[in-house]
Amino acid sequence: MATAEAAVPRVAVGRAAPGLAITVLALGRRALRNSLRRPQFLAPLIVFPSLMLAVNVGGLSRTTSLPGFPHVHGFLDFQLAAALVQSLMLGGVSAGIATALEIEGGFFDRLIAAPIPRVAIVLGRLLATGALAAGQVAYFLALGLTFGGHIEGGIAGVVLVLAIGVVAGVGFGGIGVMLALRARNASTVQGIFPIVFVVLFISDAFFPQNLLSSPADAVAAYNPLSYVADGMRNPIIASISATKVIDGLIAAAGIAVVAMALSVWALRGRLREE
Amino acid sequence: MTASLRAMGALVRRALNEILRVPGGAIPGVLAPTIFMLGLSAVFGKASHLPGFTASDFRTFIVPVGFLQGASFTGAATGVNLARDIEQGWFDRLLLSPTPRPVLLAGLVGSASLRALMPASFLLVVALIVGVHWPGVLGLVVAGALVMGLACVMALWAVMLALRFRTQQAAPLMQIGGFIAVLFTTAYAPQALLTGWLRDVARINPVTHVLDGVRQGFVAQVTWGKTWPAFVAVAGLMLVLGALAVRGLRRVGV
Repeated sequence: MATAEAAVPRVAVGRAAPGLAITVLALGRRALRNSLRRPQFLAPLIVFPSLMLAVNVGGLSRTTSLPGFPHVHGFLDFQLAAALVQSLMLGGVSAGIATALEIEGGFFDRLIAAPIPRVAIVLGRLLATGALAAGQVAYFLALGLTFGGHIEGGIAGVVLVLAIGVVAGVGFGGIGVMLALRARNASTVQGIFPIVFVVLFISDAFFPQNLLSSPADAVAAYNPLSYVADGMRNPIIASISATKVIDGLIAAAGIAVVAMALSVWALRGRLREE
Repeated sequence: MTASLRAMGALVRRALNEILRVPGGAIPGVLAPTIFMLGLSAVFGKASHLPGFTASDFRTFIVPVGFLQGASFTGAATGVNLARDIEQGWFDRLLLSPTPRPVLLAGLVGSASLRALMPASFLLVVALIVGVHWPGVLGLVVAGALVMGLACVMALWAVMLALRFRTQQAAPLMQIGGFIAVLFTTAYAPQALLTGWLRDVARINPVTHVLDGVRQGFVAQVTWGKTWPAFVAVAGLMLVLGALAVRGLRRVGV
């Protein structure tokens, strides 16, 4: 494991401690490099949503003929947003596990002892989660196009999906980091894995809201995840609708702001206990 | 013979003790199939309105998938536990004992078949509460036997991987095997409604027969025509994966 000294920018004797931006960048780079070095953390973000996507599309393609189903080129186009949201949420779990492992391994304590802004510890991890989220979005869009999907919104649509995905990814990462800072062990954070699916099932990520069974349809109307999924889905299945995309961006930004505030609050709580 | 049975019994008891000692470890595996059943039926429930769907209610159609998912999770957990025992050196001590290696394997796999009844029972209770069709005693017995059989199959797969990689980091591989085996079937829709590659894969996947065998009591009546292919599929998979696992076990420590 890299030492704290190697992760944070070197400070010459007599010089001021590095600024927030430099530290966030350095910690973000380290976190991203570590994530890419551990395929066991990355695999679930890609493999499980890809398999679910394959099974959903192969098994339920004919549901596009149900009355009330929006006009789509194919069920794959509709399901891409579901795979994206699922993958981004698992990315949040993965960020939480990575943070918890740093706490368990003592790296976190060394970071606290280093002369850096404390908030950079959280922001660095979230920077890496955001970069990873961009990669996840790119992978699923490429996968969809490879297997016959369409992106009706064109290049602008891709950019919008990427923007919502990155913001939402940072938000889910913030939730994971907050849980890790509170729980302090990786197995507890891993335990929220089933909850990811519960939250997904009560949104319209997988199926149109008007076709969900009760009470999932009612809950989905208030679930911010539904707006994130709709915001990412709209540029894929239709010409871009400003309302859906803006709603998606607002929901993703809302999740990100609240999650970041909660994770910084959890960090402060932990620092107080130290 | 008696000594072998006693050794098997001890290994099964040890695996079951873990549930009592670390209940938190078993909870996700017990809850996950029920969460999936409730979630999938809430999301995709209207799929049962499609012409050609062989069940009037999607929940009834999807419950057997939850049974097999539970068996799959249990099988994977057996492999992960074995990998942990290998990492910690406990398995080396077992290998030094005079117990024949196939008996050790039978003990591990036997525990998986019993543990698989836990998520299945929980799922059945929840399913009946939410209004899933009662499959009848015969349907339940057939389903239970097949779930136990598939848990053995998945445990053999996971044990084979644990012996090959000797680390808990192989856990995702163990889980993905079960995921593919169970979901690349007629899990979400009858064969006639599947499309593209999944239709072909489901046709040749032996677990489709197991799923049909478990499902028959829930969606219709238990028939010999649906029952024997399910048991043949389980027996065939056990034979093939059992041979591979025994081969892996014989290579350990040589």
